[in-house]
Amino acid sequence: MAEFDITSKERDGMGPHGTNVGLLRVLGPAHVWALGVGIVLVGEYMGWNFAVGKGGAYAALVACWFAGILYTCVAMIDSEVTSTVAAAGGQYTQAKHIVGPLMAFNVGLYLVFAYTMLEAANAITAGYLISEVARLTGYAGTLDQRPFIILSIMFLAWLNYRGVLATLTFNLVITAIAFAAIIILFLSTSGIIAPSMMHHADLFAGSAALPYGWIGVLAAMHFGLWYYLGIEGTTQAAEEVRSPARALPFGTLAGIMTLLIAATLTWYVCTGLIPWEYLGDGLNGSVAPLFTAALLTNSQPLVWLLGVGTLFATLASANGCINDASRAWFALGRDKYLPGWFGAVHPKFRTPYRSIIFLVPIALAFALKAPLDQVVTFSILSGLLEYTFMPLNMILFRKKWPMGSIKRGYEHPFHPLPSIVLLSLCAITFFAVFLGYGTQLVAMIAFYIVASLWFHFWRYRFVSRAAQFTMPWPRPKGY
Amino acid sequence: MAHYVPPKQGKLSQLFDVIVLMALTFGALYIPMFMGLAGGVKTVPEGAGQTWEAMGQNATQIAQYNALGLTKPGFTDPAAISDIINARYDYSFSVTALLVMVVIIVAYYVLMLKFSETEYREVIAEKFDK
Repeated sequence: MAEFDITSKERDGMGPHGTNVGLLRVLGPAHVWALGVGIVLVGEYMGWNFAVGKGGAYAALVACWFAGILYTCVAMIDSEVTSTVAAAGGQYTQAKHIVGPLMAFNVGLYLVFAYTMLEAANAITAGYLISEVARLTGYAGTLDQRPFIILSIMFLAWLNYRGVLATLTFNLVITAIAFAAIIILFLSTSGIIAPSMMHHADLFAGSAALPYGWIGVLAAMHFGLWYYLGIEGTTQAAEEVRSPARALPFGTLAGIMTLLIAATLTWYVCTGLIPWEYLGDGLNGSVAPLFTAALLTNSQPLVWLLGVGTLFATLASANGCINDASRAWFALGRDKYLPGWFGAVHPKFRTPYRSIIFLVPIALAFALKAPLDQVVTFSILSGLLEYTFMPLNMILFRKKWPMGSIKRGYEHPFHPLPSIVLLSLCAITFFAVFLGYGTQLVAMIAFYIVASLWFHFWRYRFVSRAAQFTMPWPRPKGY
Repeated sequence: MAHYVPPKQGKLSQLFDVIVLMALTFGALYIPMFMGLAGGVKTVPEGAGQTWEAMGQNATQIAQYNALGLTKPGFTDPAAISDIINARYDYSFSVTALLVMVVIIVAYYVLMLKFSETEYREVIAEKFDK
């Protein structure tokens, strides 16, 4: 057994490669929950409804639950590996220690692009919402959304630059409000505290429930991921939580439970109020479905509440995305997988400030230029590639360090069942993306293949070999 | 195993690496978009109806569209939203295209695992063979 104890409460200050300046350990389980749910909750406020467009209302519900199973597997696997490999970079650092440098480089890129695209999607939604508020409050012209998109991203980047505790405390508060807004909308419209406004039977009549048949159910899995995409981001805070072994599994698993409830309630309310064709068109129809649902209740307090909820959800998500993408970029730079300049920590705020600043223009470029469904698809594809890596990672982790050889903060049950289920659901989702968005899928994989060749044949020469392995573990079995 | 000492990378070379990566990123995301190949292909069938009846909408569905019309101009007129109601994905696909996609995905992961394994063995050897 290695002497290193991940469960120790006294372990602190893990600076990069033995340096003294590490990220600040100030976060608790609630912050981890807020980081995970904060990034993802926006998935209930926008984007998931493209699943209705791809398969109809029932298809979106099936996708919601199957994606829920997929993410439960992700959370189980993540909790075990992260509570043992507690370092910034999350899955990137895991890949580096368990699979190898090239896989780690790719996983780092998956994380950066999944989160940066999600951040761009959030900014687009925030801009749309502000223009809707302007219209509803009597503004006659067409409001230019771009200044609001730019301001949202710049403000949150500044917040992240200043420090992680303030950033995630801010997230905790606005995420809680956004979650409460969904609960209140459900209670107010479902017949529990007021007369029911639901029209499921009539809105699902005829072919409306499954307009494409069962192939539509498969196709809907593509955007089904959006209900939960980003929950795995909790691992990015691994170097900044006070007790990784306790806070990371608790925060992540509580997060996935919260999201399963929120996703199901969201589906129930939206499909019971909005005709599926309008709901499923997130570009020209319902961009922010919970807000649209609130408009259909004719209740001003609900309209305002869900407007605020949508805005808070997008801000919380964008905030968490900046946090996670910058840490992944920082970790890549720290290990020289990217130029080492990015691996710097701010001397006063102890944040990866150069990475935070560098990713701002990339997020802006996509938020200002690309349509929402394509930005969402880019994010989903990077996430999907990452989830496909996870079961491979888990199987190799248990094989190279069998149970008892190192101390794990959390051990997930039923191995290798979650890995097999996750891999199968990823295969189904690849097919779902292929139905309708095949070109983007091929373009993204072509990008990762070219980037991999670039890394293997050029960039890797600048990387120290042994220094990449920073965990005080014994030699992996079979090596 | 001999200790590998990486060469020191100059500032210009670092900058070049960032530019390459950015060019690849923007290329992967923007080229399909500019070529019109990105995004879901939803089309309106030729001769699709433009009245509530022709579009198969029942009383509740019409009522909800009318309710949306209170807040969004144009939604009480079925012709104005017929494109949203009638548009559908075409899920027909060729088996060859599907097989090509499967081969690309599998080849990607095989490449990844194979190259990673070579690099990983070097890392472990240098770390543990003192």
